[in-house]
Amino acid sequence: MIEIKNLSKTFTLHNQGSVVIPVMEAAELTVARGECVALTGASGAGKSTLMRMIYGNYLAAGGSIIVDGVDVVTAEPREILALRRDVLGYVSQFLRVVPRVPTIDVVAEPLLSVGVETELARDRARDLLARLNIPERLWSLSPTSFSGGEQQRVNIARGFAHTYPAMLLDEPTASLDAANRETVLSLIEEAKARGAAIIGIFHDEAARDRVCDREIDVSVFTPGMAA
Amino acid sequence: MSDYNFAYLDEQTKRMIRRAILKGLAIPGYQVPFASREMPMPYGWGTGGVQVSAATLTPDDTLKVIDQGADDTTNAVSIRKFFKKTAGVATTEETAQASVIQTRHRIPEEDLREDQILVYQVPIPEPLRFLEPSEIETRKMHSLEEYGLMHVKLYEDIAKHGAIATSYAYPVKVEGRYVMDPSPIPKFDNPKMEMAAIQLFGAGREQRIYALPPYCEVVSLDFEDYPFEASKADHACDMCGATNSYLDEVIMDDAGNRMFVCSDTDYCASRRKAGHMGAQAAAASAALKETAA
Amino acid sequence: MTPLLKVENISKFYGRRIGCKDVNFDLYPGEVMGIVGESGSGKSTLLNCLAGNLDPDTGEVLFEMRDGTMRDTVTMSEPERRMLSRTDWAFVHQHARDGLRMNVSAGGNVGERLMAVGARHYGNIRDEAIDWLGRVEINETRVDDRPTQFSGGMQQRLQIARNLVTGPRLVFMDEPTGGLDVSVQARLLDLLRGLVREMGLSAIIVTHDLAVVRLLANRLMVMKDGHVVETGLTDQVLDDPQHAYTQLLVSSVLQV
Repeated sequence: MIEIKNLSKTFTLHNQGSVVIPVMEAAELTVARGECVALTGASGAGKSTLMRMIYGNYLAAGGSIIVDGVDVVTAEPREILALRRDVLGYVSQFLRVVPRVPTIDVVAEPLLSVGVETELARDRARDLLARLNIPERLWSLSPTSFSGGEQQRVNIARGFAHTYPAMLLDEPTASLDAANRETVLSLIEEAKARGAAIIGIFHDEAARDRVCDREIDVSVFTPGMAA
Repeated sequence: MSDYNFAYLDEQTKRMIRRAILKGLAIPGYQVPFASREMPMPYGWGTGGVQVSAATLTPDDTLKVIDQGADDTTNAVSIRKFFKKTAGVATTEETAQASVIQTRHRIPEEDLREDQILVYQVPIPEPLRFLEPSEIETRKMHSLEEYGLMHVKLYEDIAKHGAIATSYAYPVKVEGRYVMDPSPIPKFDNPKMEMAAIQLFGAGREQRIYALPPYCEVVSLDFEDYPFEASKADHACDMCGATNSYLDEVIMDDAGNRMFVCSDTDYCASRRKAGHMGAQAAAASAALKETAA
Repeated sequence: MTPLLKVENISKFYGRRIGCKDVNFDLYPGEVMGIVGESGSGKSTLLNCLAGNLDPDTGEVLFEMRDGTMRDTVTMSEPERRMLSRTDWAFVHQHARDGLRMNVSAGGNVGERLMAVGARHYGNIRDEAIDWLGRVEINETRVDDRPTQFSGGMQQRLQIARNLVTGPRLVFMDEPTGGLDVSVQARLLDLLRGLVREMGLSAIIVTHDLAVVRLLANRLMVMKDGHVVETGLTDQVLDDPQHAYTQLLVSSVLQV
């Protein structure tokens, strides 16, 4: 489902003396359907960077990232947009929404984008929000005023609304209490069970051990670190 | 006669106006720009109509001039005198006797013939002007046949008044092509515009001439669910009893008594001469005799 | 899938000054392209060249007509282009006043494009106008009010309704939220996102506001001094800017 070969990345900071920072070299990774792979490594090692490159949010300097047959590195913008809509889901650490949109509509939006009828999409949104213990009285409010933990749960609900065949999860259990962490891990297990290929970043070792089949330490891809 | 050239205007000017008239007749409803001359009457007093009449008249013509249907109002009298002085043509108050009729704001009730010419006085020739102030834009709209805005005006009327409130200067589409302002004639007169005579329209201040050749197709704009109605006061003429002519409402006294009279004075007079009497004909003649005495 | 719009080598000069130069891109159905840049970058010049308000000095703007053929709108006859701008295209101005008839009621404003393409049934026109006002969250009780009686945000929403009533496939927007209060902007952005999604619209939006572009556009072009310096997916250009100017622009945005 996800196949990464010889991937490299550099940052060039033009406004800081044009300093060139190579951050990744010769990265390789394969994730099959129903598999969950954890990215590990120290802070700054490149876990989020790799995830963002898979999503097309960061540009690669070289190599290939094949998701469901599409090479994200060379694909046209519309191909990546279609991929993000139908195939590849991304739960980031931050919730970014249009202000004043009610929570229920924030969560329903991915379903509306794939053509699900409005009320049906909202029903699914309600199920997820209830499961993640967001009180019903908050559903019609914008999540911009929620606590960090609540925002994270809304983010997760949105990420799991549509049944993506591939998912990227960046710290999905951060800022969650035990009960909600449990719910999120169940959601991940359900996604795996229906055949989704998942790449996740988990600082919580217990969570990682529970849902992930393999671990990849991204520090081996840092330039100069190869043995 | 006087020292004026025939009908006041010099021959070159008349040729220029005639060219504009011919163009107008060739493109029915299209506003032809022309170099309007300084006339011995102010703008707003019929200079356009007078210039068109001046270019159209020949020494053998018989001229009738009406203002709001009447031969005896100030403007009609003045213009008739003007042409008597500068052209020396015969004049008449009888529609059937005239070969050229200059009118302000009405079409005579009596059907006109192929050998007659009707000249209209026009204040604002552009039907789209009130909604689109730019001349460049309205010219484009006419040339590209973009008339949606005209229906916006009618839409606004219905939204505000429940019906198309435009009661005069009601816009028409000519030969399925140009939208035209028929001048401030009551909408009652619109159907008459499909006639046997030539119709010429002159706007002196705005410097435009337009024309309708005989038997032109003239359709008043409307909506499917709000069709055009040529309406008039629901009354008969109190002088001659006519039920199908446009009426003026005349207040008789301070008690609010009123009578309805044909606006077309010649039409009313001919009917009375033929013996038709309206409801208040007797009282009216008595009142007239009183004032005359 | 064929592109809805192919822009090829568009340039516009003002004497020796560059308005915009060598702009090339394809736009596919459903894509929203943002064009950002500071004052003088050429973004408004480019938008006006694409929309037919200005004549470019070089290049073609090929649009896929309803019958499937690609036509160059730059060399199209004026009647055809005007017809296009009333049916398949829409232009949302920064100031609602430039895109509305201020002395015509809201219903008349929305109904005008329908009447311009031949609608002749008052009742139907009015119903459709009311329906569209509802879609842009203007209450039907305001259908006979003039835009002069509306707030700035309402005027802008009315302008949007007026433009979208004939179901255009391509919408040009020039700073659509400029001049509006921040809270009003938010509502308008959400409305636009919803309409783009529901109607499958493609759009080209010019703005200097990176936050607007992040929320509304899925592709982004950055312009400086008349040139396109960077282009790509919006989130990629904003999160991983490659060009020096883009990096400067992104790092200059104030965080709230």
